[in-house]
Amino acid sequence: MLRYILQRLILIPILLIIFSIMVFALVQAPPGDFLTSYIATLASTGSSLNQETIAMLEHQFGLDQPVHIQYLRWMQNLLRGDLGLSLEYQLPNAELIADRLGLTLILALFAFVFTWVMAIPIGIYSATHRNTILDYLVTVVNYTGVAIPNFMLALILMWFAYSQFGLSVTGLFSRDFEQAPWSIAKGIDLLKHIWLPMIVIGLAGTARLTRVMRANLLDELNKPYMVSGRARGLSEWQLVMKYPVRLAINPLVSTIGWYLPELFSGSLIVATVMNLQNIGPLLLRSLINQDMYLAGAILMIYCFLAIIGTLISDILLAWLDPRIRMEKA
Amino acid sequence: MDSIEPKILQPEGAAPLEKADPAIYPPDEAVAAPAEIFEEPLVTTQEEERISIASNWTLVWWRFRKNVLAVVSTVILLFLAIVVLIPDFFATMDPEETNARLAFIPVQRIHWLDEGQLKPWVPSVVGKRDPVTLAMKWTTDETQKTYIRFFGTSWSYSVLGVFDSNIHLVSAAKADQADDDLAAQIFLLGTDRLGRDQWSRLAFATQISMTIGMISVIVSVVLGLLLGGISGYFGGWIDNIIQRLIELLQSLPTIPIWLALTAALPRTWSPEKVFFAITIILALRGWTTLGREVRGRFLSLREEDFVLAAELGGASQARIIVKHMIPTFTSHIIATSTLAIPVMIVTETSLSFLGLGMRPPAISWGVMLQEAQNIQTLALAPWLLFPGLIVIVAVLAFNLVGDGLRDAADPYSH
Repeated sequence: MLRYILQRLILIPILLIIFSIMVFALVQAPPGDFLTSYIATLASTGSSLNQETIAMLEHQFGLDQPVHIQYLRWMQNLLRGDLGLSLEYQLPNAELIADRLGLTLILALFAFVFTWVMAIPIGIYSATHRNTILDYLVTVVNYTGVAIPNFMLALILMWFAYSQFGLSVTGLFSRDFEQAPWSIAKGIDLLKHIWLPMIVIGLAGTARLTRVMRANLLDELNKPYMVSGRARGLSEWQLVMKYPVRLAINPLVSTIGWYLPELFSGSLIVATVMNLQNIGPLLLRSLINQDMYLAGAILMIYCFLAIIGTLISDILLAWLDPRIRMEKA
Repeated sequence: MDSIEPKILQPEGAAPLEKADPAIYPPDEAVAAPAEIFEEPLVTTQEEERISIASNWTLVWWRFRKNVLAVVSTVILLFLAIVVLIPDFFATMDPEETNARLAFIPVQRIHWLDEGQLKPWVPSVVGKRDPVTLAMKWTTDETQKTYIRFFGTSWSYSVLGVFDSNIHLVSAAKADQADDDLAAQIFLLGTDRLGRDQWSRLAFATQISMTIGMISVIVSVVLGLLLGGISGYFGGWIDNIIQRLIELLQSLPTIPIWLALTAALPRTWSPEKVFFAITIILALRGWTTLGREVRGRFLSLREEDFVLAAELGGASQARIIVKHMIPTFTSHIIATSTLAIPVMIVTETSLSFLGLGMRPPAISWGVMLQEAQNIQTLALAPWLLFPGLIVIVAVLAFNLVGDGLRDAADPYSH
């Protein structure tokens, strides 16, 4: 087990290096850089920078160096935990990201718990009460849940709340708490607001997981051990919960591998629509404004989160299923 | 032992089996369509013969048509395909025509009957200026009728580049008379901020969005077949490289990377260039799932007797792959690609919605939904959400058809 985890851990830095090259190439790719567009904006408003300031700024951000030197310098700083300066905000990227990263993680965690808490019981009910009205209802909700893009769902809910109740359901905090430092009151305020984004982000996943759970359980319910259990006089509840449900949940664990990363990055679009202050909207803004070091830092964080998500699922699977750790060790 | 044995022998002991909740223990559960097919022929031998000589594709079709939802979805998709081919036929006016005076005109609902006769009309729109903001406010007036006609003639357009036509599905009955007159125009889905007709824009958006989905899936399939096939058929170091590449691509956080990729497309590019760039970007990751599956199939098929037979018969490698191996999983590929199309469509819609995918003047579902970003605007003009409804319907239809195909195509499914 330990060896298996170590093997997976060794892969992480290799993946991160490859990703960092890709990410740097991406943020570097658009023609021009922040400085050129900044100068253009200044020129359009009538003011301008003198050559010395431009040269100084270029030097400060390393824009005067060839690309590979820029990459190496960026990498060097990243390894030292220095995410660089935002060209647009003139603030350290780490500072910009830190607060928002927490919210990204909290939101993903809530959506994840929501998904599992909803999907497993509904899946069990749906499978054990096959072809009942509620089962059909669940199936319909599942199909639509998968079909609605999550930003669309956010729009519809926001529009509904606004037009029916005059409520604005955007943001994660009330106005009073937005800039306030963390406190218990702020945490409670967050809980009051987080449920809607949680549902919006988690719905598609819930729908898919419910389907998987239902299908897995249906396969198990026909196995001979069910007959033998019944013959021994086990109650239906005991029988279903004790054996087939446990077996049916196992394959669900492997979905964590793609589901966690999807939650991290899937919240991006919803966050933009619902004005949630996580790293999603920040990435969007930095990409549009060619704030390359900020965009690069956020992209690297997304990559890292994706890798961690896969790692967690691999470890969980190996822990749950001895066949996997034997095979791969 | 003594305590157990009587339990088994006693009739009470067996009772739970008989009384077992039929919902929990459904009779012969997963058996759906195919069982029925094979049960029917027992009636006549003729029927039985019909099945035993039916080709694989016929069998797939027989199973597929039993799935009502999938068949209905197929009809919806066929209709969308017609819109893709001839959007001009459905459009009531130029989708690019802006008219700030006609902004936010509400939906004009079609009424079919007029005084008991079949004479379709829509309520006319009436504009009033808000005395405070001086903005035009449009309402529909049920007492004033604008009659509409079907298959009337208007501007001329080319049908698939083969011939020209000037017939349009629906237009105002007086469309030919006055050009600027409101009575000559109808807005079946209202207008947006710039007074552009949503109905006509939707027709063209459908064309772009559906084509992006299809083309990127076709590119994915070609890449997946090629690389997955090479990987599975040849094995060795090349297999290793392709597998690591797939793993790498699959562990990328998709949405952020897609955003960065589309943000890197030069702003000066023409809509056509952006269109193709986006299809390629979507396909870059799309092929990996299929590539894996194809590799798996090749790996298992390589050991099959019929492949050995073909080899001994002197068939070339290319012939074995194309003639013997690929046909065994064509139906599976079709099902998987059908299920991949909605993913592409949703991604394109999301990217365009964020302003990083297709950009105006190109029209796609996502570009149209950009108009619906502001919640205040949305409260004023909820019809701006309509393109989203079409996205949902299209995605749902593709999913249902894909599921139906997958179930129908798998000979061992039940």
